[in-house]
Amino acid sequence: MIGTDSRGLVLDEPLLFEQSQPGRIGFSLPEADVPHTAPAAELLRDEITGFPELSEVDVIRHYTRLSTWNYGVDSGFYPLGSCTMKYNPKINEVAARLPGFSDIHPQTPEALNQGALELMYRLERALAEVSGFPAICLQPAAGAQGELAGMLMIRAWHEARGNKRTKVIIPDTAHGTNPATAALCGYEVVPVVSDGILSRDAVAAVMSNEVAALMITNPNTLGLFEADIRAICALVHEQGGLVYSDGANLNALMGISRPGDLGIDVMHFNLHKTFSTPHGGGGPGAGPIGVSAELIPYLPLPVIIKENQNYRFDYERPHSIGRVKAFYGHFGILVRAYSYILAMGGPGLKKATELAVLNANYIRARLEGVYALPFTERSLHEVVFSEENLGGGCRTLDVAKRLIDYGFHPPTIYFPLVVAGALMIEPTETESKQTLDDFCDALLAIAAEAEHEPDKLKQAPTRARRRRLDEATAARKPRLRWRPSSN
Amino acid sequence: MRYLPHTAADIKQMLTTIGVDATDALFSGIPADCRLTRPIDLPPGLAETDILKELRLLAAKNTPVSDWTSFLGGGAYNHFIPAVVDHLVSRSEFYTAYTPYQPEISQGTLQGIFEFQTMICQLTGMDMANASMYDGASACAEAVLLAIRAAKKRSRVLISAALPPHYRQTIATYCRYLDIELITIEATNGVTTLEQVEPLLDERVAALVVGYPNYFGCIENISTLASSVHAVDARLITAVAEPLALALFKSPGELGADIVVGDGQSFGLPLAFGGPTIGFFAVRDKDMRLLPGRLVGETVDLDDKRSFVLTLATREQHIRREKATSNICSNQGMCALMVSIYLALHGKQGLRQLAEINYARSNWLREQIADLDGFSLPFSAPVFNEFVVTCQEPVADLKKRLEQQKILAGVALGRDYPGLESGLLICVTEQNSRQQMEQLVAALAGGKR
Amino acid sequence: MDFPDELKYTEEHEWIAIEADIATIGISDFAQSQLGDIVFVELPEVGDELEAGKPCGVVESVKAVSDIYSPLSGEVVEINEELPDAPETLNTSPYEDGWMIKIRLSNPQELDDLLDADSYQELIKED
Repeated sequence: MIGTDSRGLVLDEPLLFEQSQPGRIGFSLPEADVPHTAPAAELLRDEITGFPELSEVDVIRHYTRLSTWNYGVDSGFYPLGSCTMKYNPKINEVAARLPGFSDIHPQTPEALNQGALELMYRLERALAEVSGFPAICLQPAAGAQGELAGMLMIRAWHEARGNKRTKVIIPDTAHGTNPATAALCGYEVVPVVSDGILSRDAVAAVMSNEVAALMITNPNTLGLFEADIRAICALVHEQGGLVYSDGANLNALMGISRPGDLGIDVMHFNLHKTFSTPHGGGGPGAGPIGVSAELIPYLPLPVIIKENQNYRFDYERPHSIGRVKAFYGHFGILVRAYSYILAMGGPGLKKATELAVLNANYIRARLEGVYALPFTERSLHEVVFSEENLGGGCRTLDVAKRLIDYGFHPPTIYFPLVVAGALMIEPTETESKQTLDDFCDALLAIAAEAEHEPDKLKQAPTRARRRRLDEATAARKPRLRWRPSSN
Repeated sequence: MRYLPHTAADIKQMLTTIGVDATDALFSGIPADCRLTRPIDLPPGLAETDILKELRLLAAKNTPVSDWTSFLGGGAYNHFIPAVVDHLVSRSEFYTAYTPYQPEISQGTLQGIFEFQTMICQLTGMDMANASMYDGASACAEAVLLAIRAAKKRSRVLISAALPPHYRQTIATYCRYLDIELITIEATNGVTTLEQVEPLLDERVAALVVGYPNYFGCIENISTLASSVHAVDARLITAVAEPLALALFKSPGELGADIVVGDGQSFGLPLAFGGPTIGFFAVRDKDMRLLPGRLVGETVDLDDKRSFVLTLATREQHIRREKATSNICSNQGMCALMVSIYLALHGKQGLRQLAEINYARSNWLREQIADLDGFSLPFSAPVFNEFVVTCQEPVADLKKRLEQQKILAGVALGRDYPGLESGLLICVTEQNSRQQMEQLVAALAGGKR
Repeated sequence: MDFPDELKYTEEHEWIAIEADIATIGISDFAQSQLGDIVFVELPEVGDELEAGKPCGVVESVKAVSDIYSPLSGEVVEINEELPDAPETLNTSPYEDGWMIKIRLSNPQELDDLLDADSYQELIKED
């Protein structure tokens, strides 16, 4: 905690290339054991200029030191809104590394990897049960790719009916991937103002026979359940459209409400959010999609089929939108997610949702009044404050940076865009009351500092490895790689 | 439940603070007709020991390539992974972190990505590379979209038939509704030739996409194709499914490619049934602002210390929304780290030597098989560690027969290449000893008896 | 914040200086302060025909993008070549060194739609 004069050992670590010593190598190669041959000289490259030359010890120290400059869920509380930074169970890591999972080749005949297909089939069934969709496809690599697959399916469904619809409705609270995905499917975006919770009337005002789909996040990015969702889906369907749901916030709904029961036609899951697979410093994620019966013919290629007691990939699907990546799904991530579902079980998943919502509401109750709450409806798994009440001319960014000095990862900031200076806090269910109390105490202390000692916020962080960075120079004169001449 | 820390007393106190009686009251925003009125129909949670038992049973129904003798390639490569890679990537400061939005406490991830971007540039001979894409196929599709954006009014893209089939299919999916015309260029003698390409090159063409090595393992003549493509102001996209080849053969950048994409699985990532792998994406300076995905750049902090930060974010979906260069909002961070560790360990000399071993072994095996009755080599272009043989024995029968001897002989080409029904794609890496190759040769020969 | 009286303004936060049939265009002090540190500028090319109300360039800060809408129709006769290499000029000198383009007006009647300094200041107060 702050106040104690703790000191860590901070070791500097140059770039790999700067430590390179000609002739060093960090790995022993096997013997060639066949006569040496080489391609024609004109095909050969020269040595790889600038490539590192290091020993095994050099490499171990390099990355071990770099790791200490990072902050992960295992380091401490990571309440990044919309990202569901829950604990990543270690048994999942062990499971994914079983040679029967990690060392199997995607081009092996299916009959020889029945366990992999069976695991994925079981995961599909489990996700179907949690979400209420009849069919699941595990292929998409991440949420954004799940969105792409889902929206391509919607377009394929319209095309098959000869519908020439050109527009997609997206609420102003949406994640940026939604409009970007709509554009990739050749659609024009029609924004709709939600005012916290999207009303059926607001959708009715922009819905027309030119609209192919509505994209909606539920619960939305304010942590609010879209209470009109059934009526909205019915309206869109009546006028010949389909409804896409962004499932990023499914952690608020397990065992409570199933999107597939509400009229949603297609939704993506983020296994790295709801189902505990690690975020990995930015990925890999996994973005399966759940679809209504209507959309099954359009699923990406291939589809896992169970016949008698055997499993296979089905490629004979004439209406499919096709393949979205090279091989089927991020299998290593799927193993982790399935391991999590086995550990939690049906009752455990519901418990996780209940405690995630309890945690968010506890934080809300402890901070409300000191921090301004622009939307006061009952929130679910996350809570969004604004910077309105901050004293001393401090902004959301300053609060975030000061939290670092208190030993916490900051929440998501400046999103959703509909809240001025948003602080979007998602604690998840794996955090204890004690951790939440420490975090709330820190935020309350920071609010007081803003009032009386605003410089403490504006200079923050002072206790991290780095102080604030010059991001403008990084963007004006981009240096995106190391070059020998630059050092 | 071991991942849930709440005691009954905690819950009670928290509910009191919130001012409700029970957790159920927290869900009052969800209308009754939206509620699930029954429990989730999944079995109760398992203890760790039972999870492992269950998963081991499933794993036992699979065929790890380490238990058999495998000559499978075709976009996923069985290379040895040094112990250091898994050891380091298991540091949870790396793998339990998110995208480095707060650079002051994410310098480990950021410096790691900066080094990854640099090594991809060095290998491909390009000016800049992004922080990674999902895999080679999706990176290739995004490269096509970049070329279309860059060329403004051009809508035609030429795709070599020798590009891996799953790359071609992924491109087709991404371009489905974007008014992009994809034209397949048939391969001649296993490679993409000027004779096939040139008649189609005009001001309607935004790009030509070729593999290097291509799906048949052959080395394409990149420099010749590049000059022709450049003559009509189009871009040459080079897709590299087996990037170890770049340690031996001239880099696509050196040969004139405009965009180089590929899959980094060969560099320290487990096969894992095909995923997660990692796509890499490298371009020339002129296309910097058209790049999809995350980018890490160098800057300084307030104390003037060298630091790294996500940069040029205005290209991305969270800022530019429907005008973004892509909808991607992740990168394969953990995989990028594994690739970097692998490359750092091998280094300049090690990677070259490894590539030479792959080359020597596969070319040795290729000659051994060519000498067998009933087998021939349909293509004469130089190959790296994969090659096509044609077999008199039906390929499906041959594969089945070798499976009896626990040999995975290769990838059949018939499904993706009509006319190559007798073609088998065989891959050799440093994991295949001479003894294994001799075993394969003997097994193949056994078919004739 | 500074809003010179001799200039005209638009609702999209551009300023316009008129000299005979040539209009010089840039972004207002208010626009630059809202964007923060400007890191990138994209301008049209000399010879491009611009249409009033249509996008003709882009200004970017670290975390925001803003299209530049041409306030008037006409042909681009000169662009500020220094700007792409020194985008921070838009922050330090929005009305002088930070001018963006000069166009030859093709429809001088469009000038009637522009705001004077007072009306522009009223407008940004409402924001």
